[in-house]
Amino acid sequence: METRTGHLFLGLMLFIIASLMLGTARAESDTPMQVIKPSLKRDPVKQARIDTENFELGVYVGKLSIEDFGSSSVTGARLAYHFSEDFFAEASYGQATAGSTSFERLSGSVQLLTDAERELSYYNISFGFNVLPGEAFVGSGRAFHTALYLIAGTGSTEFAGDDRHTLNLGFGYRFIFNDWLAGHLDARDHIFDIDLLGSNKTSHNLEVSTGLTLFF
Amino acid sequence: MPFIYLIILLSLCTGFAQAEDSYRKVQIAEPYIELHTGPGRGYPVFHVIDRGEWIEIHKRRTDWFKLVSANGTTGWTHQEELEQTLNPEGKQTRFEAIDQDQFSQRKTEVGVLSGDMDGAQTMTLYGAYRFTRNLSTELSFMQAVGNYSDNLITNFNLLNQPFPDWRISPYLALGMGNIKTTPRATLVLSKDRSDLLAHVGIGAYGYISSRFALRAEYNRYVVFSSDDDNEDIKEWKLGLVTFF
Repeated sequence: METRTGHLFLGLMLFIIASLMLGTARAESDTPMQVIKPSLKRDPVKQARIDTENFELGVYVGKLSIEDFGSSSVTGARLAYHFSEDFFAEASYGQATAGSTSFERLSGSVQLLTDAERELSYYNISFGFNVLPGEAFVGSGRAFHTALYLIAGTGSTEFAGDDRHTLNLGFGYRFIFNDWLAGHLDARDHIFDIDLLGSNKTSHNLEVSTGLTLFF
Repeated sequence: MPFIYLIILLSLCTGFAQAEDSYRKVQIAEPYIELHTGPGRGYPVFHVIDRGEWIEIHKRRTDWFKLVSANGTTGWTHQEELEQTLNPEGKQTRFEAIDQDQFSQRKTEVGVLSGDMDGAQTMTLYGAYRFTRNLSTELSFMQAVGNYSDNLITNFNLLNQPFPDWRISPYLALGMGNIKTTPRATLVLSKDRSDLLAHVGIGAYGYISSRFALRAEYNRYVVFSSDDDNEDIKEWKLGLVTFF
């Protein structure tokens, strides 16, 4: 009798367990058939990056008067970083080929420098101050941002076979055509010591240039 | 050479042509903001945008932002005015603020310095990497132009900054490198030399603002020259540092 009840009980237990398992299995298979599916996922708000334009890169051409060696064409490249609306730093590199001195031309055959030594190149790092920022009006419907800046810095000039420590100072005018393009007019004095003609002297080398730059 | 510049310029231009069209949108939360005609304090205010309006931020130049309002008006406004705006999630807009904390936690820095090395004018360019807040390594290139020679010095330095959080933070430096000496072209009977050199230095950083700091340094070099005597050189320099 006891065994019979035991069997019955066991059987009942098995049935319950089996039906429970089936139930869960069915419940599982039911999930995809759920009609309303709560969607709690929120689309992340994508913040577009702001285009920051503090760098200015460009090229320039002009005339460089090399003391005692006449005036030559100069070409160069510049990279500037604007710290604030007032201040910027600029690195530039330029090159020119010196002409001949009056002495060389008058004497006929004397050559003070070889052709390679006549190649002048300079680099400098300068600080600029936008002393007169403003707007320029072209006609009645157009206004352009401009700035007159003062600039001074230090660098090195390779000329007549040597590197020469060079100070530069000058001023320039920046005319901003649109969001990314600007034109420059620049006047700069490159000052270095030179001992080529016997005694050491300070030479002033004036440069006038015009150039284009891109803001990025 | 001009052709190279031209190619660089042209390749940059194509980069510009592919500029993105989507701009960041923010909502004005203050009573109004003012639009200037240009990115500077002196440019006149010509328009105001009221609270609740959505604006697009197109560009940033230094601390000035170029905005386009819902009705298409374009103008410039200062960062201060935009700090009270809300983003599409309703939170206050945050702009990257660079301050002294960022400076004391910087990982990399680059700088240029100018100075004097026993009468020769120097120009130095260097890059540094900081392992910890106190310890950094750097690689520097220095050109020293003197009356008799032109020197190019490459240095590998180790810096220890005991107080990185101070606005004016002193440091100690140790370094080794190479000095290449080229005598002046006007001197005869001399030839190029390359020697090993080592130095100890003391200096300080002074944080200015934004991404910039000043750096001043005094160094004593020993050049292990091929002559019998080692040379002892003193150098000081001052320059500007930027960090990332």
